[in-house]
Amino acid sequence: MKIHSGLPVHLFRLAALGCGFLTIAVFMMMLYLGWPLLTSGQFFVLLSQNWLPEQNIYGIYPMLTGSIAIAILSLCLSLPISLGTAFVAATLAPPKFRKLVMIMVRFMAGIPTVIYGFVAVFLLVPFMREQLAGGSGLNILTASLVLALLIAPTMIVFFVNGLGNVDKSYCLAVDAMGGRPIQKLLYLQLPQAWPTIIAGIIMGFGRAMGDTLISLMLAGNSIAVPHSVVDSGRTLTAHIALVIAADFASMEFKSIFACGLVLYGFSVIVVILLRYVTTVLLRPQS
Amino acid sequence: MLVRNIVQRGLCIPLINTILGETMLKLSKIFTAGMLCLLMTTIAYSNDLDAFVGQKGILKIAGGTAHIPVMKAAAELIMTSNPDIRITIAGGGTGVGIKQVGEGLVEIGNAGRKATDEEIATYNLSMVKWAIDGVGAVVNPKNSVTALTASQLQDIFAGKIVNWKEVGGEDREINIYDRDSASGTREVFWKKALNSGDVAKKANVVVSNGAMKTAIAGDPYSIGYVSVGHIDATVSPVALDGVVPNLENTKSGSYGVARGLYSLTKGEPAGLAQSFLDFLLSPTGQQIAKDKGFVGVK
Repeated sequence: MKIHSGLPVHLFRLAALGCGFLTIAVFMMMLYLGWPLLTSGQFFVLLSQNWLPEQNIYGIYPMLTGSIAIAILSLCLSLPISLGTAFVAATLAPPKFRKLVMIMVRFMAGIPTVIYGFVAVFLLVPFMREQLAGGSGLNILTASLVLALLIAPTMIVFFVNGLGNVDKSYCLAVDAMGGRPIQKLLYLQLPQAWPTIIAGIIMGFGRAMGDTLISLMLAGNSIAVPHSVVDSGRTLTAHIALVIAADFASMEFKSIFACGLVLYGFSVIVVILLRYVTTVLLRPQS
Repeated sequence: MLVRNIVQRGLCIPLINTILGETMLKLSKIFTAGMLCLLMTTIAYSNDLDAFVGQKGILKIAGGTAHIPVMKAAAELIMTSNPDIRITIAGGGTGVGIKQVGEGLVEIGNAGRKATDEEIATYNLSMVKWAIDGVGAVVNPKNSVTALTASQLQDIFAGKIVNWKEVGGEDREINIYDRDSASGTREVFWKKALNSGDVAKKANVVVSNGAMKTAIAGDPYSIGYVSVGHIDATVSPVALDGVVPNLENTKSGSYGVARGLYSLTKGEPAGLAQSFLDFLLSPTGQQIAKDKGFVGVK
């Protein structure tokens, strides 16, 4: 057995290293291409300015606020729903129903983003325009609502796995003491599964921040800094998609690397912050 | 997670292209119907295709989306009579067209505007203008406003006129739809209709002529602009200073918001690229451009 396991292990290790290296390589490439911006100090100017190409101002501040607003709002909308669904699917519902819920959730995760976008364009946008927000119906709230739906399955799967992975003997002990499912959930499973839940939130936030199509189709893409959730806004990702056609030498194109670096930086900060929270502040008692 | 994120972002561009592609597919279907008629003309003009006889190889074309219907029609005609020639056509917009032809990724790059002196100098480009395209303001067909003066249009896009009531319409806020600054269609409209004036920052931005039509058709209080060749029953054209943006008025020159459609090659065109550009300027090529809603140059 030992003789044969050598090669696969090396192959898997190589794959893991490759993945890790790729992540770093992407960062290096963006750093290389965005280096002129960083060294000339333009990078930080770009972060605080508006986007006015006609006046040769290529700031990405509005997109920065747009991205953060949409990601946070969709997370806020999605988290309670995802947690609730996970509670039901992990513990509270009868086993048969749990399975059904999980099948639905996995199916949801498999629906292409563009389908959500199209459906929203024809159903949610007119509703938004006529009943709720007025204006064109393309705004941060519309995009966030759909994004909330989009990131929910990712989070639910994580949450359910975390809640289900609690040591069987603990669960039996709670059952033996006559604990009700809700008690088991709140006092045993939730505290035990905390790190996995945080990981699920990271994944959800990452998806919300990284999604391009939903915000491109539904957020309106205006270059104004959004002041309310019913304002049209543009995310960093949608901005990249819109500006990528500009020619290579232009400042418009260079600003894409600023967007890329910011997105990358954001992901890193979120991961580090939440990892810190899970490992240092909320170390599981064991 | 980071890897996943990046993969996701990377996937988005092809997805957007898929949406654009669907519109193209529709156009190509409409075109296939028109093919039969064209085949008749082909017989009449068959000598225009003579230059391709005996040629083989792949010709790659990319760039302006307004050019695509014509490029496709021409390519199908050429490929049908010369099976050894393969022509691929991609969109991407004027910026992509100039960039890719400059870098040698494609043989012909399409642009909806004249290449700048800087672009021509950097990439050593040569340029052929083969049609003219008008850009017209459009509103939802439900909108009672069908005519605006130039200054009213400029004020609407600048955000100074914010309600349809002020120009004789319903008491509803005006929703402005704009294109991104790399768009050739936008450049024509901004320069010639808006007189290079301000565009309200709160304007929504869409990615293509097709996306603009979808947006306008879905929003009763909207205003936007598309190439004249793209105007159909789903949107209603707005007369500018009394002149309706349509093919006749663009052809006659009475509607002034228009641009040339250009095709670029790196250096002087040669081989297949040269034959293709010659074909666009031939009577058959010009007829295709006219059939697709543009104005010929010959």
